[in-house]
Amino acid sequence: MQGEQTVAFQVCCQSEIAQLLWLIPAVPIVASGVIALLKQTQRKTAARLAIGSLSFSLLLSLNAFDHVIGQVLTRKDTSMPIREVVNFTWFQFGATNVDLGWVLDPLSAVMLVMVTFVGLLIFIYSTGYMAHDENYTRFFCFLSLFAGAMLGVVIANSLLLLFMCWELVGLTSYLLIGFWYQKPSAAAAAKKAFLTTRVGDVFFLLGIVWLFAQTGTLLFYNGGSGSMESHALLELILERSAFGFSAATIIGLLIFAGAAGKSGQFPLHVWLPDAMEGPTPVSALIHAATMVAAGVYLIARVYPLMSAGMPAGGTTAALNVVTWVGAFTAVFAALIAVAQNDIKRILAYSTVSQLGYMMAGLGMGGVAVGMFHLITHAFFKALLFMGAGSVIHGCHEEQDILRMGGLRSSMRVTYLTYAIGMMALSGVPIFFSGFWSKDGILEAAQHFSVSKGPFYMLVFGALLTAFYMTRQVSYVFFGSYRGHGHAHESPKSMTTPLAILAFFAVALGVIGTPAWPWFRGFLESRAVNFEWSGFSEPGLAALMAASSVVVLLGLGLGWWLYGNKSPQPDEPDVLEVAAPLPWKWLRDRLYIDEFYGMTVIAFYWWWARVADWLDRRVWGGAVAGVAWAFGLWAHLNRFLDTYVVDGSFDKGCEELSTGGGLLSRMESGRVQTYLRLLALAVIALAAILIWSSRA
Amino acid sequence: MSPHLNPLTGYLLVAALLFAIGLAGALTRRNAILVLIGIELMLNAANLNLIAFWRYGPHPEALTGMMFAIFSIAVAAAEAAVGLGLEDDGPRCDEQDEGVTS
Amino acid sequence: MSVVFYLIAGLTVAGALAAVLLKNTVHCALALTVAFAGLALMFLELDAQFAGFAQILIYIGAVAILVVFAILLTRGSETPKDGVFGAKPLFGLVTAAGIFAVLGWAVLHSAQALPGAGGSPTPAPTVTVMQIGNALMDRYVLPLEIVALLLTAALIGAVIVAMHEKAGAR
Repeated sequence: MQGEQTVAFQVCCQSEIAQLLWLIPAVPIVASGVIALLKQTQRKTAARLAIGSLSFSLLLSLNAFDHVIGQVLTRKDTSMPIREVVNFTWFQFGATNVDLGWVLDPLSAVMLVMVTFVGLLIFIYSTGYMAHDENYTRFFCFLSLFAGAMLGVVIANSLLLLFMCWELVGLTSYLLIGFWYQKPSAAAAAKKAFLTTRVGDVFFLLGIVWLFAQTGTLLFYNGGSGSMESHALLELILERSAFGFSAATIIGLLIFAGAAGKSGQFPLHVWLPDAMEGPTPVSALIHAATMVAAGVYLIARVYPLMSAGMPAGGTTAALNVVTWVGAFTAVFAALIAVAQNDIKRILAYSTVSQLGYMMAGLGMGGVAVGMFHLITHAFFKALLFMGAGSVIHGCHEEQDILRMGGLRSSMRVTYLTYAIGMMALSGVPIFFSGFWSKDGILEAAQHFSVSKGPFYMLVFGALLTAFYMTRQVSYVFFGSYRGHGHAHESPKSMTTPLAILAFFAVALGVIGTPAWPWFRGFLESRAVNFEWSGFSEPGLAALMAASSVVVLLGLGLGWWLYGNKSPQPDEPDVLEVAAPLPWKWLRDRLYIDEFYGMTVIAFYWWWARVADWLDRRVWGGAVAGVAWAFGLWAHLNRFLDTYVVDGSFDKGCEELSTGGGLLSRMESGRVQTYLRLLALAVIALAAILIWSSRA
Repeated sequence: MSPHLNPLTGYLLVAALLFAIGLAGALTRRNAILVLIGIELMLNAANLNLIAFWRYGPHPEALTGMMFAIFSIAVAAAEAAVGLGLEDDGPRCDEQDEGVTS
Repeated sequence: MSVVFYLIAGLTVAGALAAVLLKNTVHCALALTVAFAGLALMFLELDAQFAGFAQILIYIGAVAILVVFAILLTRGSETPKDGVFGAKPLFGLVTAAGIFAVLGWAVLHSAQALPGAGGSPTPAPTVTVMQIGNALMDRYVLPLEIVALLLTAALIGAVIVAMHEKAGAR
């Protein structure tokens, strides 16, 4: 089962698991199809199908992961990366083939495990959270479809297949955000999500098309001829295009635009906070752990393209853009999160911010750095969202943190797990995975050759993160309860996944410490040993200390301002009192939505009106004109038909009748008439005969 | 009008005249019997024609004309008999009628 | 043309006219008889003695009598109220005149081509009854037989018609 060691770029000699990899996304999609056919009352069956299919995918993913680890540990030739691909031709047109395929390498293996594991926990959580919802079955159908599509994105070896699954993921996101479609805000949010990511996807598609035109293939790896392999990359670097940038750069930026849409980077972040209209498990799964991470994963996948032609110690233009956008987003979103009062919205902006971190990490530190933060973030963000869901559930569907409070005692398990998640997110040192992953990014930022700007931005962002999370936790769990009714702990089906995720929020840190950079090594396909000397890298200790200080500062500041106080819902915030105008700006999300409303949306409305006018007046008028002409023609025809054709026919018949009448007088029945006629005929004939004989 | 160089012409003209008179009578008279009379006159005119041609024709010894005329007479007689017999039965004509109907 | 011819012709034509124009039907029948007589004389003039006498015998002796009888036995002897001529007698006259015109024209315009032209009359043929009898039995036996049949049929037909008359509502 361990298979032979694979030399990469070969399409043959795959292991069994590589051949069966396609089952991982296929089974949940099939399950989704089956659930779609079930009645709404067959809730248990739907849940079992969904959870069962995802468990199956989890087992296969673990098998694949195990297989890849085995390969990493046992292989002898360390020059080539570990990769197994299975490609097949989908269709041909002319001389070109369109190929699809899937790939099993460390990157996809680790992502598979994360998605299936977190997904499974959320599925189980949903059985508790959505227990009172009447559209339970539909929920699991969509969830299952989403899981299958996301797994498809993960294993795709072809940019086309990835894009197809990407779109499917976007579709399921739309369906799930607008799950309670009777609420107008939910329907609007779903539409907004879809359209905003669509903007990114347009650029993405352009990038795909250009890449295909340039390299002739959309496969990532294909035994040397794939688009992420050296031959194609060389071509792309050499091809010059707009503004003197290489084709590689521009294509990379186009693909990044798609990723920016999906992963909520500025300026396409506007949909993410509104996506909180969906049920909390949806927010946890899609908008924290997996779908938004798809953008980061995409950049990781096309990293060879993004980093093509990177000079030693420097960076490419594409990665530069990625870094700056990521850093800016991190700070921007964190600022807005400070002034929000909805428990899920804070977490949403936090997600946007953390995604910015991931992008910056990718840009500055490479695949391993960004991906590590992605993995850890998936766990603790899902934990936080699910905890928030538990809180909402316990406070009887209340989402305003000003109406919560004091849940520390009434919801113990939720409190403890939430606290762990919060500390992981803030980056509390040593014990929590968030610290190690964020530190990795900060370290990369420190060594960023272009500028120190991103570094300072990210540090400031870390401060803000700790600050607003403390604010949130204080309002929710400390102080006195300001809500209605009595808060109660959530059922085991909801708290058990919380506990599991909390464990991983801590434990995962272990694989990313500098002493044992197992994760990085894994992604780079080499085995790594634990060495304390890893800590003694120059500048590393100072950085760790500095980031710890920043975090503690943020925590302290937050506690000082908000800890154990319980402001009433109508009271202004402490900071609001201090600086009302900036607070207002931050609370109103820095007016990005309004800006879009004034420009893009307004233009769109105008354009829609123009199109409507064209449609009604011009095309409609043309059609009406043609119809009128036809009507005229019809009238003319009718006139002709009645008076000319019919008329002439009738006249003819009349004449015939009259003639017949006249002729009938020959048949008078009177002998003398006959005789008369005979005589006349004789005269006539005789005259003719005589006349002709005379001549 | 060319001069009568030929006795035949005279007879033929007379025959023609008789025929015309007979025809006029047959066409105009209301009484059926008078129509019959007109028809008899026409037949006789034809007979006269025949005899005249026989007399002045190329081969009078063949008797063709004479025989024809004789047979004509015979047939005319028979026809008159039958016609008049029908006549007795036939014309219960109304006074409004314009003559004989067949 | 001789005077005799003109006289006989005149007689015949007069009789014919009278037969057609007179109001009294009996007078018409008697005028017809005169016409028949005139024709017989013309036959005699044309050296067709047998035909002449046959004419007298049959036409005057049988047909004319028959006509008279028919007139006397039916209501045809009464003069009808609305006049003897039917509607539009002019049309009939015109037609008859047209016939006469055409025939006359034919005759006159072919006068030169007619046999016997040029003034020299052909000699009169000698026809004996024996010759006629022989011809009847020889060349014309078929027409003779057919005429016999015809006469028989006519006879029977007349009898039947008369019988129906008697049996019918009379």
